[in-house]
Amino acid sequence: MKFTLSWLKDHLETEATLDEIVERLTAIGLEVEAVDDKAALKPFVIARVLTAVQHPDADRLRVLSVDTGDGKAPVQVVCGAPNARAGLVGVFAAPGTYVPGIDVTLSVGKIRGVESFGMMCSERELQISDEHNGIIDLPEDAPVGTSFAAYAHIDDPLIEINLTPNRPDATGVYGIARDLAASGLGTLKTAPVEPVAGKGATPVRLTIEAPELCPGFALRLVRGVKNGPSPRWMQQRLIAIGLRPINALVDITNYITFDRGRPLHVFDAKKVVGNLTVRRARDGEKIMALDQREYELTPQMCVIADEGGVESIAGVMGGEHSGCDENTADVLIESALWEPLNIARTGRTLGIITDARYRFERGVDPEFMVPGLELATRMVLDSCGGGATDIEVIGYAGHTPKTVSFPLSEVKRLTGLEVPKDESLSILSRLGFTPQGAGETVEVTVPSWRPDVDGKADLVEEVMRIHGVDEIAPQPLSSHGAVNGRILTTLQIRTRAAKRALAVRGMMEAVTWSFISARHAELFGGGQKALKLANPIAADMSDMRPSLLPGLIAAAQRNADRGFGDVALFEVSGTYEGDTPDAQRRIAAGVRRGTARLTGAGRYWAGNAGPVGVFDAKADALAVLEACGAPVDRLQIEASAPGWYHPGRSGVIKLGPKVVLGTFGEFHPAALAGLDVSGPLCGFEVFVDAIPEPKAKPTRTKPKLELSAFQAVKRDFAFVVDRAVEAGTLVRAAIGADKKLITGVNVFDVFEGAALGEGKKSIAIEVSIQPVEKTLTDEDFEALAKRVVDNVAKQTGGTLRG
Amino acid sequence: MTFNSLENSLLAEIAAAGDEQAIEAVRLTALGKKGSVSELLKTLGAMTAEERQVKGPAINGLKVRVTEALAARKAELKDAAIAARLVAEKLDVTLPVRSSPAERGRIHPISQVTDEIAAIFGDMGFSIAEGPDIETDYYNFTALNFPEGHPAREMHDTFFFHPDDKGERKVLRTHTSPVQIRTMEAQKPPIRIVIPGKTYRQDSDATHSPMFHQVEGLVIDKTANVANMKWVLEEFCRAFFEVPSVKMRFRPSFFPFTEPSLEVDIQCDRSRPGEVRFGEGSDWMEILGCGMVHPNVLRAGGLDPDEYQGFAWGMGIDRIAMLKYGMPDLRAFFDADVRWLSHYGFRPLDMPTLFAGLSS
Repeated sequence: MKFTLSWLKDHLETEATLDEIVERLTAIGLEVEAVDDKAALKPFVIARVLTAVQHPDADRLRVLSVDTGDGKAPVQVVCGAPNARAGLVGVFAAPGTYVPGIDVTLSVGKIRGVESFGMMCSERELQISDEHNGIIDLPEDAPVGTSFAAYAHIDDPLIEINLTPNRPDATGVYGIARDLAASGLGTLKTAPVEPVAGKGATPVRLTIEAPELCPGFALRLVRGVKNGPSPRWMQQRLIAIGLRPINALVDITNYITFDRGRPLHVFDAKKVVGNLTVRRARDGEKIMALDQREYELTPQMCVIADEGGVESIAGVMGGEHSGCDENTADVLIESALWEPLNIARTGRTLGIITDARYRFERGVDPEFMVPGLELATRMVLDSCGGGATDIEVIGYAGHTPKTVSFPLSEVKRLTGLEVPKDESLSILSRLGFTPQGAGETVEVTVPSWRPDVDGKADLVEEVMRIHGVDEIAPQPLSSHGAVNGRILTTLQIRTRAAKRALAVRGMMEAVTWSFISARHAELFGGGQKALKLANPIAADMSDMRPSLLPGLIAAAQRNADRGFGDVALFEVSGTYEGDTPDAQRRIAAGVRRGTARLTGAGRYWAGNAGPVGVFDAKADALAVLEACGAPVDRLQIEASAPGWYHPGRSGVIKLGPKVVLGTFGEFHPAALAGLDVSGPLCGFEVFVDAIPEPKAKPTRTKPKLELSAFQAVKRDFAFVVDRAVEAGTLVRAAIGADKKLITGVNVFDVFEGAALGEGKKSIAIEVSIQPVEKTLTDEDFEALAKRVVDNVAKQTGGTLRG
Repeated sequence: MTFNSLENSLLAEIAAAGDEQAIEAVRLTALGKKGSVSELLKTLGAMTAEERQVKGPAINGLKVRVTEALAARKAELKDAAIAARLVAEKLDVTLPVRSSPAERGRIHPISQVTDEIAAIFGDMGFSIAEGPDIETDYYNFTALNFPEGHPAREMHDTFFFHPDDKGERKVLRTHTSPVQIRTMEAQKPPIRIVIPGKTYRQDSDATHSPMFHQVEGLVIDKTANVANMKWVLEEFCRAFFEVPSVKMRFRPSFFPFTEPSLEVDIQCDRSRPGEVRFGEGSDWMEILGCGMVHPNVLRAGGLDPDEYQGFAWGMGIDRIAMLKYGMPDLRAFFDADVRWLSHYGFRPLDMPTLFAGLSS
């Protein structure tokens, strides 16, 4: 919403400065977005061309001698305007002046060998219109040497407010003036609109067939108008707020739209066929609108139609056919009420943003429907002459004001402000509310221009914003009176722990999009319909991700494409198995690319880093699980990872037969091809939300530490097993041989060779033995070794290597 | 050979011995069974007492001196050998070492700032609540007092899913406010929560991203008012931006789910390109929206607005991260460029706490 200072002062008697007004507007909730005090126009002065001679070296240029009115010698200006002539009074800009229309700061120039000390300006160069056929040509008596902006009344400061959607009353300058006056910054000029007595009935009849979309319509005809340009002051104001003057009738409707927040429409009566009907559009019905574009309508939209078809999209935009132009002699003026939600929907569907829609969708003042029409009539008669018929009001049942029961103590309850009762009541009255009653609770009648107010809290806001938000002194929130306990949930703690644990492993945390392309989603088990966006921002951001991996892999590839091929990225965030809250998972995932291994990437004098692989991913996954407090010693690893992993180089981490805690591995070539990326790549996902909640412990005391007095020893075994035997099985078998004495088993060598036989491999383990009751004898060790060998043989079919 | 010349000759041999073996050879020559000194010692038995009295100390003295010389030379040779080994073992210590993984890894600014927020509000007695990204129209709009078809809904540029069998379409939450309702449904007041999380709007430029992060705050009890809200937000901004004081401007505004509603600007100095300083300067920058929870929202949460009251606020995590740490472009947050992460990210062991400072 834009307006000028002088326009505001039409409605507000005030001594306040521009700065004070701007500050107050923001303070009462009409946030000032921009102010143009027009200082940029100050350097432009009225000047007289004394002589104009042909440029010696250019047909289209003249060399002017210009009296700038500063009492000094005339200045020489080279000018290309066709209307540059001796005796012209125009607008001069001296060197050093910034000319907004051409975005140039002038300097002394030489044009085809002739020096030019400034510029005579066109209207476009001053950005006061699009006129550029010649330089500004002022009347003879324009005062040379004075400010052009002041002379032309274009020095009027412009204010733009960022209006919140709840304030239809402030879509007009009058409403803004009312708010400022209520806040004590002057007096509102409240002269009522004088009705214009009509002569005879309006000959065009209007029928409302869709009363649910049109709660009222006022119409009148003005005959015999002369539709020339609107008055200069009106044009200047419209230009100032960025509107293009068209003709008097159209300009008047635009002016009242901004002056009063009351949109109007004018029909050229001669172009209207028969009578008018307000109805729903027929499916597929079309209209060529005033913006010269054709719109196809639906029965959800409301139109004004004559017997020839649709003449206007109600409350949004008029039709071109019955628009007013310089030949219009009889004009039908419309002032109507439209159902706000329908206007919003229609405007949104058709993609039309107009000043009328802006106001109707917020809800215009129903009680100003008729006065708005009277005001328009008055201005039409003043500018265009003619004679008006009686106003026809159709379908308007009158406004039933809302009343709110308002305990004045609410102000203190909700804001902490101590506002005296009289002050609260006075503020409400100044804003046009009518409080009644003398007690602590008053009945407040809400004015017709404030559809946004319907409860106690709304009235508190009115009192607060006018009394002053700055008056509210900050008050500490009551202390909870104790040292804080833990505030994070287990999942939040684990999320945090997972992030730090992975970052400590040299990985960088990425935040990638929650939506990915359908193709990528399908590659990782997603792509179901319920997780597809109906209106994605881009085609490749259409599906909620089923996994963090495709986003991370793509991110790794982007880095590789920039020349950073060795990257380790992770993310701890949501994936989506369905559209319900419990189907959103919390995943920690990571990828390593190139040689970005834990110890470091790339070449190194003491040994280059090798390509990343399944065991890098496995280590990352287990580190996350450990950091999250998962029972790491009870996890099982199975080689049955989902299809996007390399079937022979991937695994699933399980807790018991059912709970899957994670997957890890290198990727299937088909998945990499589908993502259009290249490796080496490995990655993992850990389902942080699947880790069981830790058991509540009655004490923080750690279990007693039992340290054996006997020396711990290590014994090595090498087994030959079938190639298919998993090391994990063998290790479990070895540990299981004596759970009391064996404290750990470490695989230290795995190899395959012809000597072992076809399909065989050797697994060498180091068994840690911790005697607990006595030092073990050689016989004890032999017995233990036998149990290990026997158990391994039983579980894996392996034999001790000779 | 005279006594003296034997000694001189032995000492010279000892001095000349270049290694352990040579020393041993000299020792045998002198002190072995048939060694020259041993032979001399043997002669003592055949001597008269007088003779022994004279020669005894001399021969024994010789033995002692030779033995000492042997030991000294041996030690000397050992030291030399160690010195030689050390020289041989010398390495070029200017060779680079691998950096620690903990120094290479990075925490994303969004996670770090979220932790900073948790540290501050945790101190004020708040807990952290979360909610789903995919929401129903009810939780995202209706329960938050956005009437059906209201222009305020349009301002949200909502992402929609396809309608289900019942014609209902889920949305990607446009704000973290649905968690207000979910929390009120799940727990009775007093409520003090902050809600960080992902939010989505169909918007994209240098300061808007279709996915972004918000943190919502909610206080509900029987007394919480605008004055308390001002205090909480001022304390938060002061603590978060780590300045001794901040100046904030509360402006009346409009949000469907609060009444009264306010927008908050923070005073700052933006005169240095690419840098914002808080607690000084003459610019105002909008930083958050807040207000008293709308009675209709309290009702939607099952609370009586005449009994309970409270306030809520919301702000962009990415935005306050950008303001504090100076990232110029929001889109880079989601690009995972390791150069950006390395520069703007945080070291994993730099954990924000109040006792050690949020970021220093």
